[in-house]
Amino acid sequence: MDRILTIIDKEWAEVFKNRIVLFTIGFMPLIFTILPLAILFFSRGESVGNTDVADLPPSFRAACGSIAPADCLQIFLINQFLILFMMMPLIIPVAIAAYSIVGEKTTRSLEPLLATPITTVELLAAKSLAAAIPAIVATWACFIIFVVAAPFVGAKPVVVASIFSPVWLVAVFVAGPLMAIMAVNFAVIISSRINDPRVAEQVAAVIIVPLLGMLFGQLAGVIVLNVQFMLAAVSVILIVDVGLIYLGARLFQRETILTKWK
Amino acid sequence: MIHIESLTKAFGALTAVDSLSLDVSEGEVFGFLGPNGAGKTTTVRMLTSLIGPTGGRAEVNGLEIGRDDDAIRACVGILTETPGMYDRLSAEKNLTIFAKLYGVKDVVGQVGKYLRMLGLWERRGDEAGSFSKGMRQKLAIARALLHEPKILFFDEPTSGLDPEAAKRVRDFIAELKTEGRTIFLCTHNLDEADRLCDRIGIFRTRLITVDTPANLRRRLYGRKVVFHMKRIDPAWVEAVRTLPFVKEVQAVDTKLVVGLDAPEEHNPVIVRRLVEAGAEVQFVGEVRHSLEDIYLNFIRQETEGPQPVDN
Repeated sequence: MDRILTIIDKEWAEVFKNRIVLFTIGFMPLIFTILPLAILFFSRGESVGNTDVADLPPSFRAACGSIAPADCLQIFLINQFLILFMMMPLIIPVAIAAYSIVGEKTTRSLEPLLATPITTVELLAAKSLAAAIPAIVATWACFIIFVVAAPFVGAKPVVVASIFSPVWLVAVFVAGPLMAIMAVNFAVIISSRINDPRVAEQVAAVIIVPLLGMLFGQLAGVIVLNVQFMLAAVSVILIVDVGLIYLGARLFQRETILTKWK
Repeated sequence: MIHIESLTKAFGALTAVDSLSLDVSEGEVFGFLGPNGAGKTTTVRMLTSLIGPTGGRAEVNGLEIGRDDDAIRACVGILTETPGMYDRLSAEKNLTIFAKLYGVKDVVGQVGKYLRMLGLWERRGDEAGSFSKGMRQKLAIARALLHEPKILFFDEPTSGLDPEAAKRVRDFIAELKTEGRTIFLCTHNLDEADRLCDRIGIFRTRLITVDTPANLRRRLYGRKVVFHMKRIDPAWVEAVRTLPFVKEVQAVDTKLVVGLDAPEEHNPVIVRRLVEAGAEVQFVGEVRHSLEDIYLNFIRQETEGPQPVDN
């Protein structure tokens, strides 16, 4: 455990001095939090009527029931923002892991590290945790900021309450960490083949494509983000995680790193 | 300290190390010489349990590679071909990380000891990325020593350094030798190998030869003494040739090159004979072939068959 903590300390000390990574970890989540708050602020008020709500997907309109049109619209908008909160645990670990692993490859610091008594499982676990923890912490912190700030930008209690729905809670507190693990292992696999951290980051960013599919599906009314859908998504992510951890661990062997990584 | 039996490493159809057998004793500085791509780094990686062999076996400090890998990594120090530092971290932080990974008990003490020993104490707070090549190499040496390993593997320790930095690194390796550590030194610098190593192995996928530098010279060239004179008379050449212990004589300009088994014993006899014959001997010295000549000869023999030996 000491060795894992040492590597995490090293990763954070080094990676957080990188401006690009720092921007991804700090600025991007901030934008993803301010943007929905701004939209809530501009969509508040009594001017929203039944005709505005008429454009919403029928299934969502029906779920609104007796809720006022303005609140129904805000709840719909908030549900789209959920995707932003699901993007954070994907984008942040990819940036950290890409810079960490490809950075070690380019500076040739992996070999001295591998020459120590640390096991490859410890090393992979440390690198994964070092990339996943900031992502999870940032996501959760942004979620708390969003919840606390929402009433101040005009969200009614019924709107704020919708943020505490099981869909949101599962997405942020269960799917989020699982997606962070998925992103780290995906970045490890990509990083083993690429020698430029920026390229690795860009290639690994394709991991958000399914999430964008979800967003567009939701906007088109094809997908409804309910508890059943979210639990099914969590199950799929879990299976993908197991597969990626297996592949990542196979790639993260001393001999493979030193002789087969490009 | 290091025992190697038919150690082999193949990458698919390519054999990088072929049936290497070798023993390195405790406290010995062993020079591992070979051209680029000879398999030296692969050998070091196998002996430091970074990669596994595809054949044969080896013991390092009594531990078997492939079986006791974690223990081997804990008891050896390695200086890789490139220092591989964390450039954004300070020198002190770099060493602290590795001291912790090696399980060093007194992390602060050991880090301080080697920063001072290698003259980096004043720059301990500076980022490693701001260091010169020589300083980075010294930092990498300090990193290899933090856990006080008995066996050290140095892969091209002076490669790319300016002469002054290279000398400092060489002097430090000489100091380590006096501490009784076993050092396995891969180098292209033949002068460095000549100065530091007790024995030398010339290697190109297979081990071509292994011996002390002096024995390698003797085996290839024998011992030769050169007698410098004001002028040469053919009669003097004959006078020397007739001596029973003389193996060969050659006159080169105003010099007489004589092959001998025991120059210490026979030189006075030859000088006396030359003086009696009327020669004026100005000075006497032993012909010392550079390790480069020896190395190139063995490498050529390996690729092209037996080579003529030049004096």
